[in-house]
Amino acid sequence: MTGAQIAARAAKHVVIPKASGKDRAFAAFFQALMYGAIGLSMLALATLLYDVARDGAPRISWDFLTSFPSRIIPANSGIQSAIYGTLWLMVICAVIVVPLGIATAIYLEEYADRTKWWNRLVEVNIQNLAAVPSVVYGILGLAFIVRGPVSLGRTLLAGGITLSLLVLPVVIIVAREAIRAVPPSIREGSLALGATQWQTIWKQVLPGSIAGIATGVILALSRAIGETAPLLVIGAAVNPRFNPDGLGSAFTALPIQIFAWTQDPNREFVELAAAAILVMMVVLLLMNSVAIFLRNRYEQKW
Amino acid sequence: MPAPAARATNPAPERTSTPSASPEARDVIFGVEDINVFYGEHKAIRNVTLDLRFNDITALIGPSGCGKSTFIRCLNRMNDLIPSARVEGKIVYHGEDLYASDIDPVQVRKRIGMVFQKPNPFPKSIYDNIAFGPRVMGMKGDMDEIVENALKRGALWDEVKDRLKTNAFGMSGGQQQRLCIARALATEPDVLLMDEPCSALDPISTGRIEDLMVELKQDYSIVIVTHNMQQAARVSDMTAFFTVELHDEGRSRTGAVVEYGVTDKIFTNPDDKRTEDYVTGKFG
Repeated sequence: MTGAQIAARAAKHVVIPKASGKDRAFAAFFQALMYGAIGLSMLALATLLYDVARDGAPRISWDFLTSFPSRIIPANSGIQSAIYGTLWLMVICAVIVVPLGIATAIYLEEYADRTKWWNRLVEVNIQNLAAVPSVVYGILGLAFIVRGPVSLGRTLLAGGITLSLLVLPVVIIVAREAIRAVPPSIREGSLALGATQWQTIWKQVLPGSIAGIATGVILALSRAIGETAPLLVIGAAVNPRFNPDGLGSAFTALPIQIFAWTQDPNREFVELAAAAILVMMVVLLLMNSVAIFLRNRYEQKW
Repeated sequence: MPAPAARATNPAPERTSTPSASPEARDVIFGVEDINVFYGEHKAIRNVTLDLRFNDITALIGPSGCGKSTFIRCLNRMNDLIPSARVEGKIVYHGEDLYASDIDPVQVRKRIGMVFQKPNPFPKSIYDNIAFGPRVMGMKGDMDEIVENALKRGALWDEVKDRLKTNAFGMSGGQQQRLCIARALATEPDVLLMDEPCSALDPISTGRIEDLMVELKQDYSIVIVTHNMQQAARVSDMTAFFTVELHDEGRSRTGAVVEYGVTDKIFTNPDDKRTEDYVTGKFG
């Protein structure tokens, strides 16, 4: 075709149809809608933060962090026992949840034969447990761990086990996803070199998924220490003027302390609750930042 | 490339006789007797009977879905990893039936190495990729030396000797595949199975791997699946042509061997019309 022919043809046919005004308006409308949705949620968050910071920020001091709660004098009241309780709970939770969660995830991903009904039953149940409201775990903890067959009483260990049960399904699900992200070709490569299945899991699959698993564990722990309902149900102590000294000790935790203060008719105690909320938010933000850092820095790209 | 000295440490299987000049008279390494493979109810390959020989390169060619990969995975029991897979028949390797009940597939894979279609280096350093096999086998000796020897045999040493501690994911595709070959050689197997090792590589990398295969057949028996007929003609001594048989109006496909023989004959004067059509490009 000569240039003239091409030009003539181009004049006759529209080669690329122009975008219609209707399409553009539609796109702009949806874009505005999405920005609006983001703006709304950011606004809600900002309002909340502002409200809490206005009440709580002036109350935060070294004394606040290191004093025991007082029932009478707000000025002498602090969150030391709550911080210790939360740290204890976190450690107990991690110790229980990490081995159990990873082992279950490895079984389900690497060993379980999905054609067998009992394996599918386990899978479905774990999915369901992840969706059970936390207060139900509290009731379970009260009936079976605090009282009933295990009868640990209202102790740290009972609280830690209850919270572990609560986040275990989440840890299993996240760990399974991380393990599944390791491509089958890596397993094949390892097995073809004469590695046993266990060597393949231990030396290839787990190192390849550990960043994802760690991220999931941290996020699960941050969920655990933010939970109020199960600890209330199993009977955490209110305003204890002592730190837990072992697994059998009575305890409180930050969310419990916050809850107790918000119930107080004295306005100054409510301000202390706001201050404790700020402390807890900082802790949670730190944990989530570590999780994000781990993911970005160490997650294996395949 | 220097002659692989480290092979001496391998408790190599006794050879009953030295390879003779006549190709037909050489020793058999895999005696495959009437193998049938099923995936669940589906029959993937049927009645495969072949004798694969020592220090040969045996090429498996044929159209897609004809069971070449299924077959090569029988030779080191990789099909065991697929829960629904079932292998019937006998594969005799050095006089032992690979599918006998007292054979541990892990031990089989230690002797029979495999290289896959897509390079699959581990997300570790070049050094650790090579050292993984020897470590899980508990091989004795200086690991640095084992790694160096393997990389030399894999024709990769000169390119990577200054960056052994860098991650293997940073290598080119061709280098990664040679790393996978070197990794398989590090465990000192006596057979190397290669499932379309060059399908993801450019012609230059392919050429290097073909040269490497020809060098390696001095010490190893090699079985290669390939879609590239020039490649089969260039490197292999023996060729098996697989085809697909359709059943139930095309709903079910089963692979079978049409013809097996010396590569020259398969490519220039095949006995079967289907082989001729395939190698001349009339079909497939």
